Amino acid sequence: MRRVHITLLVLLGVGVLLALDRAQSQPLNPYKAPPMIALGSGLAATGGHCAAPPPPAR
Amino acid sequence: MTTVTTMPDAATAPGLFSRATMLVLVAAVVLSVALIAGPRSGMVLLIGLGFGLTLEGFRFGFTGPWRRMILERDASGLLAQLLAIAIVAMAALPLLAASGAELKGAHAPIGLAMIGGAFVFGAAMQIVLGCGSGTLVNAGSGNVVSALALPFFAIGSFAGAYHLSWWTSLGSLPVIVLEGTSGLGITLLGLAGVAGVALLLGRKGSHRLPARYWGALLALAALAILHLVVAGQPWGVVYGLGLWVAKGVVAMGGDLSGSVFWSASSNAAQVQASLLTDVTSLTDLGLIGGAALVAWWRAGLGSPVGILPARAWVAVIVAGLVLGYSSRLALGCNIGAFFSGIATGSAHGWVWFAAAFAGSFVGIRLRPMLGLEVRR
Repeated sequence: MRRVHITLLVLLGVGVLLALDRAQSQPLNPYKAPPMIALGSGLAATGGHCAAPPPPAR
Repeated sequence: MTTVTTMPDAATAPGLFSRATMLVLVAAVVLSVALIAGPRSGMVLLIGLGFGLTLEGFRFGFTGPWRRMILERDASGLLAQLLAIAIVAMAALPLLAASGAELKGAHAPIGLAMIGGAFVFGAAMQIVLGCGSGTLVNAGSGNVVSALALPFFAIGSFAGAYHLSWWTSLGSLPVIVLEGTSGLGITLLGLAGVAGVALLLGRKGSHRLPARYWGALLALAALAILHLVVAGQPWGVVYGLGLWVAKGVVAMGGDLSGSVFWSASSNAAQVQASLLTDVTSLTDLGLIGGAALVAWWRAGLGSPVGILPARAWVAVIVAGLVLGYSSRLALGCNIGAFFSGIATGSAHGWVWFAAAFAGSFVGIRLRPMLGLEVRR
């Protein structure tokens, strides 16, 4: 087995992930998407980030 | 390393037509994402591709330089990382101060689980020779160890996030942020201090950075600043990996209401939304794609995959799970906590760095014991 086979397997995995995501997720609407650049958009940043403090435990 | 590295072979290198076709294909993918999910998604994917191209193209990373600092007292890679962080901080801290809520930093509290998580992450990343970004880049460029570790990294990230609120409740300080001009001054002084220690402990001549390190640090810094401006948040990796598994769990009928983290409104909404709207997922996919593109471009995919003993494969799976789980407890990996945390003024980034560097000493000692390299 060569590295190219590993890369193709990884890319296949990404393809399967995106296909399953498309089947399961809410449909996309590019007309309701945020503007291209956050800076100057007037909208608060809301994306998930690994450093974001978690909600307090119940 | 697990694979035999060979020089690019001119006979197997893709030709001009193949390369032009590939560039058109990549542009078509980015454009399609922009049209389907919105222009910001297309831009973030493009930035992620840039990260992958940079890290693989310049053969730069985070785990390797720490390993060389510890084993060979070669400080050059660590210095390049510190310089990149300093450049990003000089842009990010003024932007954060001026932009209000449009931009946010990688700000997290220092806590017991955070410190322990960073220590364990530092050890595990030395075992598989790949951190958050490194595992994605290496998997994309055909490294079998990282390709095997990646899905388990994602599972661990999901599980760590599932339990994150409980771990954080064990004890955390309030979020400490270095802001404004004074915050920037302290951050730059801190980076200079660490660089000074590295130079003091490093071997003679390791202050000279190779040209590829300069290319890597300048490109990484530019991309990280662009990421903040476009996405509204700094570069991160592990949130997206956990999200992929959370979506899979829900798709299979799983219930995430038992997790404080995954049932929080913002995270629950992201589980229902497309991955093409999640910033970290897009940059993660870009990292894989960019690395694969560079590896293919320079005919680096022809090398045979190395053979490892069974215990090494088991170690990779366990290390992948541990990397994912610990990165969530640590409130970020080398990218979200170390690179982006320090660059946006979060005190937790500094503590993360100290704990993960200490953990790296342990990981370097464990790696040969697990069959992943010849014992020294």
